Order: sequence, then C-alpha cells, then structure tokens
Amino acid sequence: MPLPRLIPCLDVAGGRVVKGVRFRELRDVGDPVELGAAYSDGGADELVFLDISASIDDRAAAVDVAARVAEQVTIPFTFGGGIRTVEDATALLEAGADKISVNSAALARPELIEELARALGSQAVVVAVDTEDGRVRSHSATRDAARDTVAWAKECEERGAGELLVTSIDRDGMQDGYDLELLAALRDAVSLPVIASGGAGNARHVADALEVSQAALLASILHEDPERLVSLRSELKEFGVCLR
Amino acid sequence: MKTVAIARYGAGNVRSVELAVRRLGAEVTDDLERADLAVLPGVGSARSAMDGLGAAADVLRARHAAGRPILGICLGLQLALDESEEDGGVSGLGLVPGRAVRLEAERVPRIGWATVDPGGEAYWFAHSYEAVTDATVATSEGHAAVVEHGSFVGVQFHPEKSGAAGARFLERCLSRA
Repeated sequence: MPLPRLIPCLDVAGGRVVKGVRFRELRDVGDPVELGAAYSDGGADELVFLDISASIDDRAAAVDVAARVAEQVTIPFTFGGGIRTVEDATALLEAGADKISVNSAALARPELIEELARALGSQAVVVAVDTEDGRVRSHSATRDAARDTVAWAKECEERGAGELLVTSIDRDGMQDGYDLELLAALRDAVSLPVIASGGAGNARHVADALEVSQAALLASILHEDPERLVSLRSELKEFGVCLR
Repeated sequence: MKTVAIARYGAGNVRSVELAVRRLGAEVTDDLERADLAVLPGVGSARSAMDGLGAAADVLRARHAAGRPILGICLGLQLALDESEEDGGVSGLGLVPGRAVRLEAERVPRIGWATVDPGGEAYWFAHSYEAVTDATVATSEGHAAVVEHGSFVGVQFHPEKSGAAGARFLERCLSRA
C-alpha cells in the first residue's frame, strides 16, 4: 500500500479560504494559493480545495483558483464544489487539478460518476460523502439525501469512483475524533481508498483514522497554521505512523 | 535551453507537466518531432487517449526509431506498450514490448506516495492499470515504476506532482535529453 496520506482541506468561498464550524459561521482565513503552498512546504501529501459556496449558490467551479494553485503547488490536489458535468470537471483538470470531487450532483444524478470515470479515469474521480447517523446528506449537509451511507459508498464504487472522501457531519469541527466505526464499515464494504474527514482534534485521532483509512483530511486541527502540520507529522511519526 | 514538446491528446495533466518543465528552465514547444524531449503525458483511459493521439502516434514512433528521447508519464507509459487490456483491449504505440494489465493491489486505484527502488525516493502514483514488461528498471511495491527501452523512459508515477523528488527526476530527464 502507498504511504498513509495527510491531506489539509481548504474550504473556499468567493476565491478565499474560509472556515466554519458545522458548515456554518464562515470567516475569511486567507488566500488559497498561499495557504496551499505553505501546507505543501509543511509536508502535506495532497491538498483538497472545496468550494463550499458552489452547490448552494449555483456558481460554476473556480477554475481560476485551480489554475493559480497549480502554478505554485507541486503536490497533487483535488478540487470540489459545483461540478455538475464532465465539462466542469475537465476544465479543472486542464487547469492543473489532479482529481475532482463531486457530492450533491452525484446524489442528484448518480450516472455522473460513470460519465466522469469514463472521461477522466477513475483515479481522478472522488466522491465526497457527507454523513450523519449512517445517512447521507447533500447540499453542504443541509439536506437529507435519503440514502444509507454504506450502500451509497458501494454504489459509488460500482459506478467507477476512484476514491471516497467521507465527512462525518456530526463530528466536523468538533475535534473529538473521527467516526472510526463508520470508517471501518466502509473499509470492509469497498476496495477503494477512503479519505477520513471530520473530527480530528489531536495526533492520536489522526493515527487511529489512518489505521482504518488510507488518508486523513485535516481541517480544524490545523487552525489554518502550516506549522501545526509540521508538529502533527512528528507526533504521528512518534506514534509509529509511517509517513512520507 | 532544452526544448520540450508535450503530446496533446486531451490528457488532463498537460498543464501540470508544462508548468513543471518550465520551472526547470525548459522551453515548451509544439514541435513533437524536433524538441529535445517529447513527453507523452497521461491521465484518462487508454482508448480515448489512443484515439486522441491521431497523427502524433506516427511522430512518436519515428522519434523512437531515431533514438530521440521520449518520456511517458502514467497512462503515457502504458500507451507506449504493445497493448492494454483497459476498455476491452486497446492497441498501444508498440515502442516498448509488453502490455498494461488491471492492477492487482489491496486498494484500486492505487493512489498516494510510494517508494521506488532502486533509489528509495517516494513519488506520487494514481493508477488502476500497470505495465508488465521486461524493460522494467525500477519497481514500487512490486509494480513497474520506471521502464526504459531505447530512447523511451516511462514512469508510472507523476513526477510533475511529486514535489522536490519529482522535480529532480524531471531535471535528470532534461539533462539527458
């Protein structure tokens, strides 16, 4: 297996990095390119940019942000938010993103996953799954998608998804640990790599998540501070986690 | 200044490759025939890639026959082989004897940083198929990572996205070109 990955997540709205607790109360915390480059220097394995305004505001994905990031950042990054068609996704990859992430649009029309996998290859297609109490939520977690999380994960795999980014909504921003039970259930249900998201408060939480998942998404735990990534990496290495 | 031409056939990572070689001081041209180094990038599926290559396929074959350097990246490596079993079977460029087969790994796609030996450097991989060829000169967890045959060098990883290690690899390719 490739090495476990640490993936800082930058929520983007209006071309700026923003932060909120439980998907609400957004505040501006910086420039996506500057923060992305700093995390890359701090030892990030990949980056995820999620345009969290896109699904709600019906805006097109921020291709120019992806293009600017690609100029400065030499590690892989995923771009998500507002992607509804193969054309939306292709524009982001052509700008320099390595993977795209779909969420609400795939729930509304699951065939989109197959179309994306055919056009871009499965390795470029991440399906983001926001979950609470074993159920999937959509539109930045504001709506019940009327689907069971494990069943939806299996369907995503069958349709050609390359990776799952699973966020436990009830834990997002709370910093009291990832939903290990759910992550273990997903590990057994699918053979895709799974990126664990939501709940990291300390290095132990991250180490535990990396036992059951292939990657950990890091948001609140970093406090938008690339130095925290450096210290987190050394704490994880002390726990015996084999990082790059 | 070294010149680099990137085969354009709708592969997703052309801009990333372009940015990476420019960072190393190379000039990007459209002349696939005469550039010091031709790059066959690759993100996508084998069939649409071969269809998209069109006339560039013959230019690359002629380049290889003349011993001029070509670098294949990820799918670009797999396209250089005789055939791929992706999409129900697709004929490749035939620059390197061998075939691309469905990846046998614990998790597929195989995504992330993994060590390449000999050398011991970690590079970033993202693939569901792998090259099976006697031209393999370095492996990663048992999978072909670097393939060399005549003037063709193919890598399964993405040097353009592998940070400092990837930049060093590309720099070696440029200095040899």
